[in-house]
Amino acid sequence: MKNKALNTVLNGILRENPVFALVLGMCPTLATTTSAINGMSMGLATTFVLICSNVVISLLKNLIPDKVRIPAFIVVIATFVTMVQLLMQAYLPAIYEVLGLFIPLIVVNCIVLGRAEAFAAKNTVGLSALDGLGMGLGFTLALTLIGAVRELLGTGCVFGLNLYSETYGMLIFVLAPGAFIVLGYLMALVQKLLKK
Amino acid sequence: MLLSLTLIALVAAAALAGVYMLTMAPIEAAKVAKQQSAIMQVLPEVEGMTIAEAEEVNGITLHKAYVGEEWVGTAVEASTEGNMNMPFGGTFRLMVGFNNVGDVVRYVVLEQAETPGLGALMSTWFCNPDKPKSNILGKNPATTEFRVSKDGGDIDAITASTITSRAFLEVVVKAYNAIAQQPMLIEAVSGATQVEAPAAPVAEGACPYGNDPATCSGCSEKHCQKKGGQQ
Repeated sequence: MKNKALNTVLNGILRENPVFALVLGMCPTLATTTSAINGMSMGLATTFVLICSNVVISLLKNLIPDKVRIPAFIVVIATFVTMVQLLMQAYLPAIYEVLGLFIPLIVVNCIVLGRAEAFAAKNTVGLSALDGLGMGLGFTLALTLIGAVRELLGTGCVFGLNLYSETYGMLIFVLAPGAFIVLGYLMALVQKLLKK
Repeated sequence: MLLSLTLIALVAAAALAGVYMLTMAPIEAAKVAKQQSAIMQVLPEVEGMTIAEAEEVNGITLHKAYVGEEWVGTAVEASTEGNMNMPFGGTFRLMVGFNNVGDVVRYVVLEQAETPGLGALMSTWFCNPDKPKSNILGKNPATTEFRVSKDGGDIDAITASTITSRAFLEVVVKAYNAIAQQPMLIEAVSGATQVEAPAAPVAEGACPYGNDPATCSGCSEKHCQKKGGQQ
């Protein structure tokens, strides 16, 4: 039992990493990773929504008729996303200003609905929570990694810490094309490492 | 089926209402705190300042600062809305601080959507003491031409972001013009310099150069449009 729990968490972080293996939720992945801290904040916000929605959906799975399960799931997910948005606006206004536009988009992030449908609707509450945690952490890790690489190559900083002069930064990595380039290389690298 | 969906929606609505009520006060407080800190950042550093209630002039908000009865400066909140030179991405808002003779003290970018690494550099570009030609701090729009050097002004534009720089300087001049009409400022500079702002966004049908096509470098009057057509 313990093993299964651990496996569920590790599954999301490594083998079925939402970004590098499942390739889900590309919109926030590409858009919010201009810096490591932005990527991490977006990842943590998504993790919170994933855990909460997985738990609630797992609890409700016997009450919801099959025919209306998707609208019911979306209502649950949207509720938690709006909560995150309000809480962020109240207590983390600086981060909200940067991510503001992308927070409501968590509602339609494929990972959240995907895990609700594929995992939470079939498993126990405890396992669903762990699955949410694993997937969320995997997503956070991936976004932080992409953000850190883009920030380093683009501005010479990581987490705001200056490593080399900004004059040598390659602007393209902060802009949209850089997101695709970094994502592609990191995905190839992770796939190669996982195959071994 | 209908019942369960309605129930879920009701519970969700109730939960959201609760969170909304809980966070309403902190969200308001965060907004006010942000504005207050911006005002304090751009004003001259004087002990015992009090900020008067905000005034609005043509969509520009003035926050006047006093020590006792004496007026020491104004923090002006202005946006690119209504600009002749529009910015590159959306609109942006600035808080610009002026001292009691109209010199720019400091400025803060409140809201912007310019390109990162290019136009977004405006938050540091125009206040860099190492680059006196692009630094606007301590300069007065009445005596310095607040236009990019490419257009014949005195301020160096952000490299590769002339559009953003034009819009930025126009907002600063707009902010200055809003306080230039204040009787206190005119008194402070004691009428020595007639408050004239040639770099201002020129109003429809008015030429700040006395309709002289030789000196005018851009207004909506006919002589300039002709000039523009020839170029």
